[in-house]
Amino acid sequence: MDKGFIITVIGMLIVTYIPRMLPAVGLSRLKLPDWLLEFLDYIPVAVLAALLLPSIVVQNGHIALSLSNHYLIAAIPAFIAAIFKRNLFIPVIVGLAAYILLGIF
Amino acid sequence: MYKKGIKSALPIVLGYLPIGIAYGLIAVNSGMNILETVLMSLFVYAGSAQFIAAGMISTGATPLSIISTVFMVNLRHLLYSASLSTYFKAIHRRFIPVLSFFITDESYGVSITELENGQRPEPGYFFGLFITAYAGWVASSLIGALCGTRLGNSANMGLDFTLPAMYIALIMMQLKGWRKAAIAVFSGLLSLALMFVIPGNGNVIISAIAGAGLGVMLNRWTKVSL
Repeated sequence: MDKGFIITVIGMLIVTYIPRMLPAVGLSRLKLPDWLLEFLDYIPVAVLAALLLPSIVVQNGHIALSLSNHYLIAAIPAFIAAIFKRNLFIPVIVGLAAYILLGIF
Repeated sequence: MYKKGIKSALPIVLGYLPIGIAYGLIAVNSGMNILETVLMSLFVYAGSAQFIAAGMISTGATPLSIISTVFMVNLRHLLYSASLSTYFKAIHRRFIPVLSFFITDESYGVSITELENGQRPEPGYFFGLFITAYAGWVASSLIGALCGTRLGNSANMGLDFTLPAMYIALIMMQLKGWRKAAIAVFSGLLSLALMFVIPGNGNVIISAIAGAGLGVMLNRWTKVSL
């Protein structure tokens, strides 16, 4: 293992760990103002939607709104399952089953 | 409480399997050895950043350029860390720097959703969830590295849809009231539009901040408090 690789991994560790750690350590000591609590309350849905939509709509760097985009089609039964079952497992199983079936047929 | 955390991590492990294997394959093919491939997973534990780093190593990029790219890509963890801080108040201070290491898109998404749905913020729950997911990531990158060039991309088996399906489940578990639904639609569309303009994961950070900011204003305009 050469020196350059070791430096790279240590650097990656530092720049990844600090943003993960600083707000958790710093903010958990403080009493936060209402607007910030409301802001943080919206972060989970905002971030998850921001991760999700590109991952199912964009294929190979292009927006793919078509039947051949299996991610997009399999998202529909997963979404419907999630409406009826508000838990983690059922929508994941339904979505995976739909996705695998689409790959077969 | 460990048990509850471990159980909640299982969909994450399932989702990490194809991605970790793909990372292992790519890392080995870009000139890293098996030990280096697994060390990066152990010490960095950030999927998209590791893919990018492996790609940059194969093109002979300098450590400084790799590190600064990884820094940009991983800045979104600031938001997750800030968001979890309100629940970390309930646990002993000495656990916080350790638990923070394990914050990823997926471990954050699952834990914050369960915490909002009544899960008590206990160290056992966090460690069970976080370490199971971490072990899944490290193990699947080892599998990918061991398979090396022999396997190609056939290790996929359709599991690559696990994480999108999990995000769908997590979003639906979060939606209480029309405001959050509106913010989800807004942030999702903004992220989609921005991903063609902004490199790295900048689209995720900017649209999450814009969405949450708009949410605060929605609360003001429509007169609700938390």
